[in-house]
Amino acid sequence: MPAQPISKENTSGKSADIAISVRNLRVRYGTREILHGVNFEVPAGETLVIMGGSGCGKSTLLRTLVGLEHPSEGEIWIQGKNFAGMSGTQRDDLRKKMGMSFQSGALFGSMTVGENVALPLREHTPLDESTIDIVVRLKLDQVGLSGFENYMPAQLSGGMKKRAAIARALAMDPEILFFDEPSAGLDPIIAAGLDELILKLKKAFRITIVVVTHELASAFLIADRMILLDKGVVAAKGTPEELRQNTGPRVRQFLDRVPEPEMAAEIDYLQMLTGENPPQRR
Amino acid sequence: MNISTRQFENAAIVDVTGDITLYNTPEVRKTLLDLLKEKRVKRVIVNLEKVKYIDSAGVASLVEGLKLSRDLKSGFALYGLSKTTREVLELTRLLKVFEVYDNEEEALSAIPGGAGGAK
Ligand SMILES: Nc1ncnc2c1ncn2[C@@H]1O[C@H](COP(=O)(O)OP(=O)(O)OP(=O)(O)O)[C@@H](O)[C@H]1O
Ligand SMILES: [Mg+2]
Repeated sequence: MPAQPISKENTSGKSADIAISVRNLRVRYGTREILHGVNFEVPAGETLVIMGGSGCGKSTLLRTLVGLEHPSEGEIWIQGKNFAGMSGTQRDDLRKKMGMSFQSGALFGSMTVGENVALPLREHTPLDESTIDIVVRLKLDQVGLSGFENYMPAQLSGGMKKRAAIARALAMDPEILFFDEPSAGLDPIIAAGLDELILKLKKAFRITIVVVTHELASAFLIADRMILLDKGVVAAKGTPEELRQNTGPRVRQFLDRVPEPEMAAEIDYLQMLTGENPPQRR
Repeated sequence: MNISTRQFENAAIVDVTGDITLYNTPEVRKTLLDLLKEKRVKRVIVNLEKVKYIDSAGVASLVEGLKLSRDLKSGFALYGLSKTTREVLELTRLLKVFEVYDNEEEALSAIPGGAGGAK
């Protein structure tokens, strides 16, 4: 069976050297629009860090990039191909090139760690069980979990669960990896270990990586580029150095950790409390 | 990917052309296991000169071949690693586990089970 490498197709200037290109992306849940026209690019092999306040739409953006939410408008180009505009099977082929570790970790609690990592291989490849077993051990070794394949997720610490989820995201040797808050809720030493793992994956496998994180130190360590999402749009983007130099008030507020001002003035508190015409935050 | 076998007196060389990936490595595995288990070849040598890229599943198939050769006390060696293949084996900490040679001549003339490239 022939391998199916992504061809270096070049359509209207969207080169395959750009792993991800997002144009005027709008996403809504029901009638409520969360992303109001987001634009950015990630060159192949680079790490993009997405920052922004809680609820601003970071996880929504990641889920849209891997095809779990559908844009109401705009384009997503993955490796030079129009991802959002593709047919089912083409999309599935491209999705096999992507791995995602979700915010909640999301290992299947009823399966061992090894079975969790094996799952994408069992579902999407013709590999023999004996080959899968070896791939599982290789991946667990890469995240520092050698020997834990027969543990149940409940028997792992928070940091180990995250790493197991990363091993699962790595199972198919993805070219693009998405991490939603990999280090949230972990102690600083384990969080630093995850940063190192991300740096290693990037350097060794030249994987394109998109990370959502609230940890500023981590963000500045791993990022080649950063974007700051605010109220559903990209408020700032650039290299870590450019963001450090950025004097925009929202950027400074976010990076210098200035607390949010009282919101009550902006919304009708009584209306909100009585459930009458709930205000739309944008 | 293409795979074919050349028989020598005491060894078989498996020539692989093209990338070894998740989707085609079962064929590589089948060839290796067949040579070792069914044909009882004393020494299996995999020619990777024409393999630009091998993914983790491809590596896993080579590991299976190596394991079986050890169980059967046969030889198992690789040669002609591309830069990328070498990197993948280094990252999986397997470069030193395999017997690795630069070319066919070295691989064939090495003493089976000897120190060879696997230092
Ligand atoms: N499945 C859903 N259905 C309806 N609304 C949703 C859904 N998922 C998220 N939302 C809403 O979309 C907004 C953005 O949520 P999202 O999870 O993308 O934020 P976030 O930036 O990841 O936040 P956090 O930093 O807290 O993880 C929130 O207001 C949330 O209530
Ligand atoms: Mg989130």
